[in-house]
Order: sequence, then structure tokens, then C-alpha cells
Amino acid sequence: MRTSLLDACRDHLGLTGSKKGCDHGQCGACTMLVNGRRINSCLTLAVMHEGDEVTTIEGLGGPANLHPMQEAFLHHDGFQCGYCTPGQIVSAVGMLGEVSDGWPSHATDDVKDGASLSLDEIRERMSGNLCRCSAYPNIVDAIETASTKMKETA
Amino acid sequence: MRPFEYARAGNVSEAGALAGRFIAGGTNLLDLMKLEVETPEKLVDITRLPLREIEETADGGLRIGALVTNSDLAAEPRIRRDYEVLSRALLAGASGQLRNKATTGGNLLQRTRCSYFYETSQPCNKREPGSGCGAIGGFNRIHAILGTSDKCIATHPSDMAVAMRLLDAVVETQKADGSSREIPVAEFYRLPGETPQIETVLDQGELITAVRLPKPLQGEHRYRKVRDRASYAFALVSVAAVVRMDGGRIADARLAFGGLAHMPWRDAAVEQALVGQEPTMANFDKAADILLAEAKGQGENDFKIPLARRTLKAVLADATKGA
Repeated sequence: MRTSLLDACRDHLGLTGSKKGCDHGQCGACTMLVNGRRINSCLTLAVMHEGDEVTTIEGLGGPANLHPMQEAFLHHDGFQCGYCTPGQIVSAVGMLGEVSDGWPSHATDDVKDGASLSLDEIRERMSGNLCRCSAYPNIVDAIETASTKMKETA
Repeated sequence: MRPFEYARAGNVSEAGALAGRFIAGGTNLLDLMKLEVETPEKLVDITRLPLREIEETADGGLRIGALVTNSDLAAEPRIRRDYEVLSRALLAGASGQLRNKATTGGNLLQRTRCSYFYETSQPCNKREPGSGCGAIGGFNRIHAILGTSDKCIATHPSDMAVAMRLLDAVVETQKADGSSREIPVAEFYRLPGETPQIETVLDQGELITAVRLPKPLQGEHRYRKVRDRASYAFALVSVAAVVRMDGGRIADARLAFGGLAHMPWRDAAVEQALVGQEPTMANFDKAADILLAEAKGQGENDFKIPLARRTLKAVLADATKGA
């Protein structure tokens, strides 16, 4: 009953791509998509997600079929130790979905307008993912590259 | 985390009768349960209840279902167009992941981020009534300057609730006995007084079903949040404002404040002092004098008194600059 969605995936299903950093929703290493939206999987109970569609980093792509966001993180060297990376990538994919749905952010000049994806917008929208190696500049570049590529192929 | 029973509420009328702690987004409750600050014996999962609609009301306002997420509410076109201060406040809070989980009802019921409340080895009258307040005379940089008591100086952490207070929102609830009632946000929260563990006027088993907004307020909407980081941090001071100008003077001013007190703070005398006045720094200072007349620093948080003044003046200057 006490099992978080994160622990259910890691310890019961063997999907260890999602990482446990702080276990309190502060670092974002555990980010998963639930019904297409990114959440902190450490801060929700597995039992509350019966019937939901859950996507972890393993579901986005693997070595043989990399997701454009995974490719972009490799190309831009968007990590150092790599511990936060699965959460960064899943969060970035979720974030781009929010942008394409027109959601505003704290960095949006006029919330009545649709969202655009400036570098400031990427930084604000990704603030729930911490990187202790501070690979932030390359993470931002990777997300911008992937965003352009995903738009071209959409 | 302590063991607990789990039940899933199938409909609104049975939720209260299941006699447990309600859980929706869980982003605050589960965090506190891991630390054993919260130790409910039973959780009642309300996420399957049909409380996710945003609908127009007969008087030109909106009814927001209690389970509407903070993300969905901030992005809702009618909120962005007519209640911009609310959209702004929501977007200033937490992170994208948390806003996707956190709900409208749950956000209202967030617990304080006082570090003594969070640390179970420390005294806290809110967590353990009668144990004392570690923050008074302790580390109190983030604590309240208005409405405090000698039992508790904690602040309410929500940004959304500050905007709801400004908008005169009304909380709709259903009690465990099946009866329903409406509570204006203005009457929803309590000051700490002698019983800081009691934070709202909700009864045991009373479920928030919706939050209702009156018809939109005309004027310039602002939400300014001052914090230690540019993003993903709680407010040291926040100011929500809707200001309407007419003929070079302030025709209407609504102001609510976060980070200053045990609840979203609003002071009618501050607003009245601005109505009919020209938008000058001297007049803004007079309003700040009224707001902060009773303000009391605790040492580390003394800076909040001038910070609240400056933030208020900056917001008023910005909201009136086009006039």
C-alpha cells in the first residue's frame, strides 16, 4: 500500500531507468509521464494509478531506437554523471507536450497568448529537474534541438 | 512512512463517511507522511470523483472542481483571459511536475513549510500541540510578520490561495453527514492563536468539492513573487493585485499578500486608502504604512517588513503606469 509509483517501477517491475534522488518531489529524477503528463513518481502511490498509462524513460526509447530527446542529450553532452538524465529527458518530453498544448508558464510575457519556447521558457519550465553536475547549459541546448527536430518530424 | 489503510471513494456522498484522510494529488501529504509529520491511519483516495470540471455559473463567474489540477487551471483560457492574477499565481508556484498533480482543493490545504514543523525532533505547536515553537527565537527567516501568536509564527505557503483571497472565491464543501455549505475564502483560514494545529474552519470529514469565482474583475492583474530562486521556491513575500484606474486616479484596488502570515493576507483599510488617490509613491507608502502598522519581525525575518513595502509599491507602480 505504501509503495510509490517510482518504487513499483524500480523494485517490482525492474524498470530502473527512473531514479530516486530526493524521494520528496524536489529533484525531478523520478519524473514519469502518466496519461501523457509529467509527474514526480516518488510523490504518488502506485495503488492510485490503476488503469493509468505510465511511460518511463525505457518507454521513450532505447539504444537501438533512441527518442529524439535522448539523441539530443547525447549530441549536446547534456549530462555529466547521468543520474538526473532520465528524469530530465522524460520531463523535457512532457514539457514539450505542454508547450504544444499552448500552456503558459511563469516566464510567459502575456499568459493570454499561446506559449513559445525561448531559452528562458525552457529554463523556467524545467526548474523541477535539478542537475548537481550543473550541466544546465547543455541540457537547455539539447531540449531546444530536440524541440526543433520533433516539430519537423511531427 | 507508517502503514495505513486505503479506500477509494466511488462517489462524493460516501467520501466523508469513509472516515479517513482525503488524498488527491498527494504532493504535500505523501511528502509529510514519508517524514512522519503526518501519520493518517486511513487514506481515502478521492481522485476518481467527478470533480474535474470548470463550468460557468449563473452570475457570470466560474465553478472550479476541487480536482482540477493546478496546471489545467492555470492554462484554462477563461482563467487566463478573465482571472489572469490566478493564472499568474498558479504558474509562480512549484514545478511543472507538481502542478500537474496538485489539485485546487489540495492547494488550499497545503501545510506550512516551517522547518520546525517538518523536523520531528524539534518542538512545534502545529505538529504536536503544547510542545512549543522552535521558530520563535530560532531559524525564522521565512516566517510570518503579521497575525502571529506566541504559539506559532508559520506562514501559509500557497500562491494560488493568495489569488483566491483577492478574487473573493468561495469554497464549496460537503460534510460527512451529506450536507453541503459554502465558505468564503475570507473566512476559510484561521490565524494561529492558541491552536495553530487548526488551520481552517473545515470539520472532520468535510470534503472540498469546488471553488467558485465571482464574475471577473476589471483592471490590471499582477502577481509578484519575491523568492530566493528565480523559479521553484516558496515566496518570501508575494503581492497579488487587481487595480483599475479612472481619470488618472485609482478607482478600485484589490490586494492580497503571501509569505506574511498564517493565511493569505488581505486588509480592507489598505485598499480603501488607495481608492480615489493618484498613483504616487507617497500614496503607495501610506498604503504600506497601514498594511505594516502591526508588523512584527522575529529577528531573521525582519527584512520582510521593508521587502513587503517595496514589493507592494513596485506592484502598484507597475499596475498604474499606463494611466
